[in-house]
Amino acid sequence: MTAESMPATAPLPATGAMRKARVAFRFQGAGVTLGLYLIFLMLPIYWLFIMSLKTNAEINAGMTLWPREITFDNYRTIFTDSSWYSGYINSLTYVVMNTAISILLALPAAYAFSRHRFLGDKHLFFWLLSNRMAPPAIFALPFFNLYSAIGLFDTPLAVALAHCLFNVPLAVWILEGFMSGVPREIDETAYLDGYSFPHFFVKIFTPIIANGIGVTAFFCFMFSWVELLLARTLTTVNAKPIAATMTRTVSAAGMDWGLLAAAGVLTLIPGALVIWFVRNYIAKGFALGRV
Amino acid sequence: MDKPYDNRAWLLVLPVLAIVAFSAVIPLMTVVNYSVQDTFGNNQFFWNGTGWFRELLDPSTDLGGRVFDSLWRNLAFSAIILAIEVPLGIAVALAMPRHGWKVAATLVLMAMPLLVPWNVVGTIWQVFARADIGLLGYAINRLGIDYNYVADPLDAWITIIVMDVWHWTSLVALLCYAGLKSIPDAYYQAARIDGASRWAVFRYIQLPKMRRVLIIAVLLRFMDSFMIYTEPFVVTGGGPGNSTTFLSIELVKLALGQFDLGKAAAMSIVYNLIVLAVCWVFYTVMTNLDVERRRLPADR
Repeated sequence: MTAESMPATAPLPATGAMRKARVAFRFQGAGVTLGLYLIFLMLPIYWLFIMSLKTNAEINAGMTLWPREITFDNYRTIFTDSSWYSGYINSLTYVVMNTAISILLALPAAYAFSRHRFLGDKHLFFWLLSNRMAPPAIFALPFFNLYSAIGLFDTPLAVALAHCLFNVPLAVWILEGFMSGVPREIDETAYLDGYSFPHFFVKIFTPIIANGIGVTAFFCFMFSWVELLLARTLTTVNAKPIAATMTRTVSAAGMDWGLLAAAGVLTLIPGALVIWFVRNYIAKGFALGRV
Repeated sequence: MDKPYDNRAWLLVLPVLAIVAFSAVIPLMTVVNYSVQDTFGNNQFFWNGTGWFRELLDPSTDLGGRVFDSLWRNLAFSAIILAIEVPLGIAVALAMPRHGWKVAATLVLMAMPLLVPWNVVGTIWQVFARADIGLLGYAINRLGIDYNYVADPLDAWITIIVMDVWHWTSLVALLCYAGLKSIPDAYYQAARIDGASRWAVFRYIQLPKMRRVLIIAVLLRFMDSFMIYTEPFVVTGGGPGNSTTFLSIELVKLALGQFDLGKAAAMSIVYNLIVLAVCWVFYTVMTNLDVERRRLPADR
């Protein structure tokens, strides 16, 4: 399960036969296909980006592929108006909280699933998985009631806990895949050497699956960062996520397109940063550790 | 299977069980509770039995009609995006470079759309496809094609489908790429010695090796498109008319828009049961593949 799926950068000896084999991996016109696909992905982002550098007068005046005069006013507004930048702080707060909670809870559970059979394990695993697939729309109203009742409504913690609904099962699923790739002999040897389970888990096992934990953190971050329905339902003022703040750009004077675009561009940055950190493991991570 | 049987493992699972039960079971109990009651306001509830469910599952009523319409719409949407994203994702995965700095660059660019908050995905396409200020809408109209996703249902559908392809094809491609990377070079060398055609290599080496990740891809894409809410809501708001009102949009309209708790709760339960059923089918298929694979270790 693990041996072949090492990071993308693992060096391989470049023999003649292998170079030919590499050709077999791709196909005629592969470069063109990939190029067109990447252009398709980047064009809308490019459009959002240059729009954020334009004034509203220019946006409404007609098509320009590059701003006639570059303005940073839209970004200045976001960084100086606390109702704007606090949205980013709120979003990042609950995303980080959620990632930490999800991983801490999922680690022992994933170990249990990967190393033991126990009463009802298959059913439990399926039930967990089914929560990852459950539509958030179902939970919007009950969560609203639940978190209002326990006094957490409009706090980042409420959103962080709500996102555990799909992130904890996902974390268990991914971590279980990575852990099952670690030979069980390692555990047995450690126990023979007199390690207790907690000691072994923290000192030996966790470092071995550090990559898997990184990938899992990436996915928890990702799914918590992109989700809006629950985050918006559970907050009003104090913990409002940036994505919900963006709806403010509609005003009596019409849409403030430039500001909307600038806010959108800024939501891309955390994502781009975390992708960069896990770029070598991303493919395996998307396969949930199961290639 | 040589995993030891040990019920103490339950202790390790308990924290997860606690939090997921808190997040899933308690809210679902609320939903079940609402689904069998009716209210005339003032927090006074009356027993309504299976009334909501009967209304919901009868297409001739207003509620049933709306639910079934959005269900068919949603199934059509899921089918279309799967039909586009799976082949396209495979093609992109096959086209990806395999060594060098290009791999990291391609991976990072490809993963970009996946990390965009879903309402920003909506915003990006709303802006990009507008006829007056959007590059895409403007270009299409300049070509002489009348395109306006706000007014025309077909244009709205095309916009949302292209948006979803933009958003999620990379997920399928990354999964397939992970599957392709697990194929040892020796397989390709053997195929070359046998004089296998490019198609044969794909059909008999690459596709079987991608089977497992493809199942995960189809599962994730089906489920996520079946619960899609934010992106079409931002772009079209479910319109024009009701033409892009998918299941989740309909449900949120009922629950948070009209505060029809009983109807919304009944719909939630039916919705969740469909999801559970589909999920179970996929889970069974995946588990069976696992068992098969353990029986044939040489194939790995």
